[in-house]
Amino acid sequence: MKIAVPVQFVPDLVEELIVDAQGNRLDPYAIRWILNEFDDHAIEQAVILKEKGGADITVIAPDFEGADDALFAAAAKGADHLVKITADYDGGINAHALARLFAPILDGLKPDIILTGVQAHSSLDGSAGALLAETLGLPYVGYVSGIDAAGGKATVRKEYPGGLTAILDVTLPAVFGIQAAETPPRYVPITKVRQAMKTNQIDEESQDLDLSGGLEPARMYPPEVGQRAAMLEGDIDDVAEKIAAILSDQGIL
Amino acid sequence: MEGMNPLALPSEMGEAAIAILGDSRLRGCIQCGTCSGVCPFGFLMDYPPVRMISAVRSDTFQRVLTSDAIWMCVACSACTTSCPTQIPLTENLMTRTKEELILAGSVPAELQSALENSQRYGNPLGESPRKRTDWLRGIDAMVPVMGKDTRQADVLWFVGDYASYHTRVQPGTRTFAMLLNRLGVNFAILGQEENSDGDSQRLAGERGLFELLAEKNGRAFRKYKFHEIITTDPHAYNALKNEYPKLGISYPVRHYSEFLAGMLDQIRPMLRREVKARVAFHDPCYLGRINDIYDPPRALLQAIPGLTLLEMPHFRKTSLCCGGGGGGMWLDGFSWEKAHIRLSEWRVQEAVQVGADILAIACPYEAPRFEDATKTVKKAEHLLVRDICELLSDAMEAVV
Repeated sequence: MKIAVPVQFVPDLVEELIVDAQGNRLDPYAIRWILNEFDDHAIEQAVILKEKGGADITVIAPDFEGADDALFAAAAKGADHLVKITADYDGGINAHALARLFAPILDGLKPDIILTGVQAHSSLDGSAGALLAETLGLPYVGYVSGIDAAGGKATVRKEYPGGLTAILDVTLPAVFGIQAAETPPRYVPITKVRQAMKTNQIDEESQDLDLSGGLEPARMYPPEVGQRAAMLEGDIDDVAEKIAAILSDQGIL
Repeated sequence: MEGMNPLALPSEMGEAAIAILGDSRLRGCIQCGTCSGVCPFGFLMDYPPVRMISAVRSDTFQRVLTSDAIWMCVACSACTTSCPTQIPLTENLMTRTKEELILAGSVPAELQSALENSQRYGNPLGESPRKRTDWLRGIDAMVPVMGKDTRQADVLWFVGDYASYHTRVQPGTRTFAMLLNRLGVNFAILGQEENSDGDSQRLAGERGLFELLAEKNGRAFRKYKFHEIITTDPHAYNALKNEYPKLGISYPVRHYSEFLAGMLDQIRPMLRREVKARVAFHDPCYLGRINDIYDPPRALLQAIPGLTLLEMPHFRKTSLCCGGGGGGMWLDGFSWEKAHIRLSEWRVQEAVQVGADILAIACPYEAPRFEDATKTVKKAEHLLVRDICELLSDAMEAVV
């Protein structure tokens, strides 16, 4: 069974998010990119499937800062082939462009299963996985949190809001948007990542980036501060009296 | 176990386990059981050190690897220092067992995130490396940063993770900076070029990560000129003194308590304000038991006028770990589930028992651990947790 995992990178929220001088996007020089958490789960799910019944896994990533590290970490977990897509990413990226980047590689690869993160916090108008399925003309199931596959069919667990779960039988090939792997992404010791760097190579594919179809933000800005909270000063008795007065004014007491 | 990967059971022994099995020192154990009696968590381990060794000798070590008891080991070295046959149990048995489990992918979830944070951000707290010097904001002291303000200094201050980022520890860090200023020390810090010292990650079994972090720090050290390194963090001190040299990164290093004790002649006349308090000093494992530094912190405390120094039942070589070492800092939930008691709480009980007003500390792991314990231990509500440098600063005149 062939599994492909196209992944993307999102701004790391541990770092300060700064809106650039243009006023409608994040300052690309202040962003530190990190592998999309849901894509990390997609990689884990691929490795779990390989452990269940054998698979050949290809992980495909756009050539963002940190792409090599993410790919070698995937290899250390069990990915067999690593592909990096080089393009001019200076103008940004969106889910539509990502789908178009991944499609020709996946067309050539012909995987039985394509696993990708169900969402990314930087997406403005939907999931790259669903757009990718559309581009490839394949079925798509999103919010998946478990997969078994054999004989050209997959049985997947799909999560619905309100705690509902459906079990779906899907004819392969298909694209699955991974909400969560069956178990959390495993830890990869540095020693294993370093071994993977020595024994794996990253294939590079160069492509033109087509951003069309995506949304153009008109303005981007940090949440505006509303009415500030009032800090009550004084000793405990003073503060208690003030709270009582406020509650009384509001008609609560 | 919940939160662990299902791959927990290694199908075959890895390098670390093979090293354990081939260790003639372990095989020379006289099975007296002292290690397991002195281990603060030995009472709840299904495989305390003595049984682990017994498993080595009976070829059943695989069973030890199916137990998660090893994650209760806080690498406090109580077993090692009390072993009558001087077997280096902490390094050769406990840490290697953790290494074996980590390489097999069996890591408690809490620990995993600290290790991943250390890989990505250079600190286990998962804070931005760009914010490593944020503790300097609003500080009333000169703190030159290497590469930005200067390229050389007499002393390189290795600030460390918790001293840089933890909000409970930062005030002590700022106080130490001000103290260095008052003493006219020519110093600088590495700023954003500093990474975690990695020692607790090493003792949690992630040797590869330790080496990666050490290499990063080593590269930063080589860029600048300085005569020695000082640090307030005993874990960083231990790494720099005993472990980095094995990787070819070798610099003279002193813990701040040694450094300040060396300046006592200059400091003593500055200590004019009385600190009328009964103070118990907690020997940090990686300062005392592992590196034999017991007297300098006590000399500093005894120089403070009005201060009465007390000793707790466990002191100097028998000091009780705060629970933060060897990965314990990142396994609080895990160890609580197992033990339903924290070592920090035992320690705070001892401070209360001897009638201390202040528990004096000399390690950045301890302030949050002990202060949290004062909130739950009976009669500890008035016990203050203060760093030695904060007590020194209290005793100095307000104006230089």
